[in-house]
Amino acid sequence: MQFDWSWFWPELFGALNDTMYMIIVAFLISILIGIPLGIILVITRENGILENKAVFNILNIVVNVLRSIPFIILIVAIIPVTRLIVGTSIGTTAAIVPLVFYTAPYIGRLVENSLLEVDPGTIELAEAMGATPWQIIWKFLLPEALGSLILSLTIAIIGLIGATAMAGAVGGGGIGDLAISYGYNQFQTEVMVITVIILVIMVQFIQSLGNYLSKKIRRS
Amino acid sequence: MLILEGIRKVYGEGGDNPVEALKDINLEVKKGEIFGVVGYSGAGKSSLIRCVNLLEKPTSGKVKVNGTDLTKLSPKKLRAERKKIGMIFQQFNLLHSKTAFGNVAMPLIIEGYAKEDIDKKVRKLLSFVGLEDKADHYPEQLSGGQKQRIGIARALATDPHVLLCDEATSALDPDTTNAVLELLKQVRDELGITILLITHEMNVIRDICDRVAVLDGGVIVEQDSTINLFTEPKTAIARSFVRTVLNDALPEATLKKVLEKGESNSVYRILYKGESANDPLLSDVAKKFKIDINVIYGTITEIQGQPFGNIIVELNGDPQEINNVVDYIKGRQVTIKEVKSDAV
Repeated sequence: MQFDWSWFWPELFGALNDTMYMIIVAFLISILIGIPLGIILVITRENGILENKAVFNILNIVVNVLRSIPFIILIVAIIPVTRLIVGTSIGTTAAIVPLVFYTAPYIGRLVENSLLEVDPGTIELAEAMGATPWQIIWKFLLPEALGSLILSLTIAIIGLIGATAMAGAVGGGGIGDLAISYGYNQFQTEVMVITVIILVIMVQFIQSLGNYLSKKIRRS
Repeated sequence: MLILEGIRKVYGEGGDNPVEALKDINLEVKKGEIFGVVGYSGAGKSSLIRCVNLLEKPTSGKVKVNGTDLTKLSPKKLRAERKKIGMIFQQFNLLHSKTAFGNVAMPLIIEGYAKEDIDKKVRKLLSFVGLEDKADHYPEQLSGGQKQRIGIARALATDPHVLLCDEATSALDPDTTNAVLELLKQVRDELGITILLITHEMNVIRDICDRVAVLDGGVIVEQDSTINLFTEPKTAIARSFVRTVLNDALPEATLKKVLEKGESNSVYRILYKGESANDPLLSDVAKKFKIDINVIYGTITEIQGQPFGNIIVELNGDPQEINNVVDYIKGRQVTIKEVKSDAV
């Protein structure tokens, strides 16, 4: 059977558009939540600059719980929350809610790890200089961890791309939806192959960009 | 200038295994002095120096810098006081994301200085440490000695009264160590900054410290001027530290010879220091008394710019005459003691 390409391209561009929308919006919101989350996890832990057991333990548990729920179940589980926030549980915008629930704690953990890699001597130095906790975070911790943070965010965005494709499967739209509805359900292998190729290219591009930026910052 | 009063530091207090790192430390560093604390790893040196700027909060005791008890201050006031206490580190702790210039500028940026002021001050500091041409270099492009110079420039940025040196030369090779020590001396001599340093290297103490405290098991076991500690160490641990740079132990063959003579040997250790090292003592003795002097072993070193001689001699002659010689030497303000079987 000859594959009919005429309908495919517009469909693909629409799906790509949806995917980009989900990735960008979900990623931005996740960063806004995840980076502060990671910072708080680092500074409130034992011997942190603003040690606070209660805050650390609560956030630590919340992150662990969210990170242990498989994404497909998370989508369903938080439907009430999604409805509350966007008014519906179906569609591209609605998909952003579970994507953020999935990605923000992930970014929180990754940021936490990156910041923990910073030499404890740097914090000691900052304290000896009389820096405030705020200055320690902004002028010492984050700049010193920047190379590693960029790699962490690269990992996060790649994870998010995978999740976006999955969200598509449950009514979020995007190229994941395209792949499932045409490629899988209608046995149109060409669609499946092209979607997979697009995903591979996207991931390759983002990883290379992340490596490049991180390398440039670390000057190594 | 800097007083530690009854400092105790216990880690994990109330836990199963509390570790008492510092037990009742009392120390006073005078203005313009270079004071060294020497000790083996685990003696509590690191905790001690960190208690001064409260990077480690003492479990009890007072830390007075320029009359202010730091342990009583609010976090905000403590931060203000810390700006007057510079610190340099064994691993330099330079920020990898900043150039040499950026590193030195850091304390000024935190203080909220204007850009032009920062620029002027940093250039001045870089030229003080002799690295004005390395302003745009990143830490990984600098050698160990250069990194520590940047660390020193950075520590001086806020015009501190006190400079804390945490094993500042332990990661450096001997030549670089000497250069950095010279710079620290310059910091004291030209800027009048009081320096407290901790080290396990006795040559650091010998070369730049005015006074020294020996720390062992969280206790200061001995405290004296550098020259006194080197010439008359009182504790075994101080003696073993002194021996790392000033070998006053008898060589084995000589020791054997001395021991063979038993308790009736006439081998003496003569310790000269300071002015007395310039007098022709042995020659005087040989002229005045009817005895033979045989120099078995000897070293002469310079400690804090003062010569220090440590000579082992054998006196041969009439026992009465030998006693007279010993009394004569004692009268010349020179230490003389019989070398006993323990050869100390």
